[in-house]
Amino acid sequence: MLNELGVKSIEELLTIIPKELRFNRPLNLPRPFQSEFELKTHVEKLLSKNRTCKEYLNFLGGGCWQHYVPAVVDEIIRRAEFVTAYAGNTYSDLGKWQTFFEFQSMMGELLDMEAVSLPTFDWASAAGFAVRMASRISGRNELLIPRTISPERLSVIENFCQPKSAVGHITVESVEYDHRTGLLSIEDLKDKISQRTAAVYFENPSYLGFIESQGEAISQVAHKNGAECIVGVDPISLGILEPPANYGADIVCGEIQPLGIHMNYGGGTGGFIATRDEPKYISEYPTQLVSIADTVNGEGFGFGYCTHERTLYAVREKGKDFTGTTVGLWTIAAAVYLTLMGANGIKEIGEEIIQRSHYAAKLLSEIKGVKIAFTPHFFKEFIVIFEEKSKTTREVNKSLLKRGVLGGKDISTEFPELGESSLYCVTEVHTKEDLERLASSLEEAIR
Amino acid sequence: MNRRSELRRYHAHVWDEPIVMQMGQKGERGMMLAEVEDAIKRTVGEAASYIPQNMQRKGQPRLPEMSQPHVLRHYLRLSQETLGMAFNIDIGMGTCTMKYSPQVNEELVRLPGFADLHPYQDEETVQGILEIIYHFARFMSEISGMKEFTFQPGGGAHGIYTNACMIREYHKTNGELDRNEIISTLFSHPADAACPATAGFKIITLYPDPETGLPNIEALKAAVSKHTAGFMVTNPEDTGIFNPSINEFVDIIHEAGGLCSYDQANSNALFGIARAKEAGFDMCHFNIHKAFSSPHGCMGPACGAVGVAEALSEYLPVPIVTYDGSRYHLDYNRPNSIGKVRAFLGNIETVVRAYAWIMSMGSEGLRQVSETAIINTNYLIRKISDVPGVSMAYPKQRIRLDQVRFSLEKLKEDTGVDTDDVARRIVDFGVQEYFTSHHPWVVPEPFLPEPCDTYSKEDIDYWVNIIRRISEEAYKNPEIIRTAPHNQPISKIKVEALNDPSKWALTWRAYLRKHKREN
Repeated sequence: MLNELGVKSIEELLTIIPKELRFNRPLNLPRPFQSEFELKTHVEKLLSKNRTCKEYLNFLGGGCWQHYVPAVVDEIIRRAEFVTAYAGNTYSDLGKWQTFFEFQSMMGELLDMEAVSLPTFDWASAAGFAVRMASRISGRNELLIPRTISPERLSVIENFCQPKSAVGHITVESVEYDHRTGLLSIEDLKDKISQRTAAVYFENPSYLGFIESQGEAISQVAHKNGAECIVGVDPISLGILEPPANYGADIVCGEIQPLGIHMNYGGGTGGFIATRDEPKYISEYPTQLVSIADTVNGEGFGFGYCTHERTLYAVREKGKDFTGTTVGLWTIAAAVYLTLMGANGIKEIGEEIIQRSHYAAKLLSEIKGVKIAFTPHFFKEFIVIFEEKSKTTREVNKSLLKRGVLGGKDISTEFPELGESSLYCVTEVHTKEDLERLASSLEEAIR
Repeated sequence: MNRRSELRRYHAHVWDEPIVMQMGQKGERGMMLAEVEDAIKRTVGEAASYIPQNMQRKGQPRLPEMSQPHVLRHYLRLSQETLGMAFNIDIGMGTCTMKYSPQVNEELVRLPGFADLHPYQDEETVQGILEIIYHFARFMSEISGMKEFTFQPGGGAHGIYTNACMIREYHKTNGELDRNEIISTLFSHPADAACPATAGFKIITLYPDPETGLPNIEALKAAVSKHTAGFMVTNPEDTGIFNPSINEFVDIIHEAGGLCSYDQANSNALFGIARAKEAGFDMCHFNIHKAFSSPHGCMGPACGAVGVAEALSEYLPVPIVTYDGSRYHLDYNRPNSIGKVRAFLGNIETVVRAYAWIMSMGSEGLRQVSETAIINTNYLIRKISDVPGVSMAYPKQRIRLDQVRFSLEKLKEDTGVDTDDVARRIVDFGVQEYFTSHHPWVVPEPFLPEPCDTYSKEDIDYWVNIIRRISEEAYKNPEIIRTAPHNQPISKIKVEALNDPSKWALTWRAYLRKHKREN
């Protein structure tokens, strides 16, 4: 090849990079493994230092949840066709596009909405983009958000809201909650909402697990003041919980990780956005929207990007925010998962999660010194408060760890008003025996 | 055998799969759940009793009801109708670095020791994964010369956005809130303009010189001011042309008080050859799902690995993985951090794969990757040079690095066939479509191949022969290209619907309402 190029060595091609910009020593990296066997053994050994949620009994959630991943989902997302494809068009990648459209279609059924976009990085980013959409639609720049939101998710949203000095700045104000139930204070919401409010954002189920039952009242307050109502959801709850569109949500976002995606140390996330199919919403999406399309010879369906002109790819900084490589493979996983579960499966899993999590809460509530907050209306996650101050949550969790249990997420510093508290997550993977083991371990741990 | 007959026969899979919403039968199940134990049912009763009445779903969602073999069959067929990189000579996609992703790395990320980890686990239980992240960050520091890394951003654009957020925070900390302008170049990826705009900056774009294809340094001098917050740029740019004065650009920005952020999406030709540090950059990002071999996954999960010089490490998103000599930790205690840009630590599966990739390549291997990529690009330029209707943009820049931008302006003038037509035709030969270019098209009728280190001389010859064949077709029978594709499961789509609110349909229910008058 060098002969074809008429050069003697690579150095002649590298002359286009000036000497002062050249790196003039070998990179200092470990000596590589020559064989696949050695490499695999090395990484396996490193990963074997971890203790997994299958070896330990896990009750951590808070935005990434341990659900069962069906074998068919794994089989499909391991196909080299899907693993190694990228940005091909609807002809050479027809199957990818169709799967994306099917994802949007099934999410549309779960959410009772006609417009669903391809997911972005995670729930938090989806919420951030949704807030910016609402700000552009309303022409306003204040966001009201319950104080019960996950502080980490709030941090991502705040990064999307720009500093005060910028044109697109959005002020984030938090709304108080009822410390008995977790529910949003409608009174405080009414006090804080104004003609400057672009959107009211809340979640169902909330970060703290409780079901926000005042959706209709909240959206009415938002709409009366000309603001958009944004609701974040965990879609695995939607077989049994009312879709937010039916209590007034204009924009819905949430996390697809529960839908058949491994936790991957938090790498399994993806955040969807959905709205009504109206140009005022469609034109403000930053993310890609796959539309079905007819073909000239009429042999079945093709697909394409709807209103591509609004994206950075077409108009650079004049596009709506930004998009790019996001979570295509997880989108496929979620599509396969929803197809496998079907109408009945998605309802049953919701019911099962409620029954198991409430059974766990009941067992724990019987332990002296343990209180469950925000009952009885919660889904999958609930707050465990350690009333006796002899041990901190951190100490309780360390003690549980010794017993092979990953206790709930410590939220004592996130919500100091709740005292020593943690957020427990129970799903369909937890059996009666698991929950009883949790109860007996916790009883020992808090002593 | 002449060149034309050397091309293989090809036809894509055709399955005519219905949309999943049309499939299945009432009552069919793809997945059964465990029965809730009687004791649990007796103790807690009906699930519905824990949902406030007004929050109970009325009616079931209309999801498909399908048996497991039918679900598997449907999605296997759809996978077959997808042309993964693994199946073809995927060198058309410039800026995407469609390289081989070693199969063994797929096995590694499927191990329970990774897949079944929760991001909030106690540090004590995740020492293995933290060790991988920590060491991978050190590798990245060596490759770039930057001090510290985060893998939180979920893609290249997200990495650029993270850098823009840090530039914003830096100036805010210094009390310079009126630094609100980011300068970029037209041949930098559009995310270098769109992401800082999302972070609240005004964007100034430097246009390429018509002769050299490079941004003009005088234009940069005219653009900087007391409002300059930073410079976000690709190099080599999305033309494969390396800006040899990049350090002077960086100096001008620094003198004006701005920061310089290096978009290293195009880093595949630079391993061990040139680094962000030597060019004076303050921060950079790499696409782990491109040059570092993590597969593209139908558009992710991806990783925009962000690295910063020491002075900026206080602004990185939290947490950062640290090492105290015996244990690995998650450091959240960074008061000037921009906070979080995504939940948890990012798409760590990409980090595990890239760690394994570097452990299999080493210093010499990485250097060889880049040398091969450069030789491949210039070999492709040489081989394609006599194809009628094809010309290289900015021909005075003879040597290109990772990719090269061509123009089909002449082909269009001579035959009426444009680059979108050719992109649709090329898939009829069993290779993935090519990437034309981002807009605006200052190079008319562009296309942008990137023959990275994966591809052999024979692969490149074959790909060029496809372009040659299409050029011949254009001059003899342009209709076959204008009506392409022909060997794919579907013919050309009617694009008008995509921008017509009465016709576009993003869900099956919208399709039924708009096109079948159903609800």
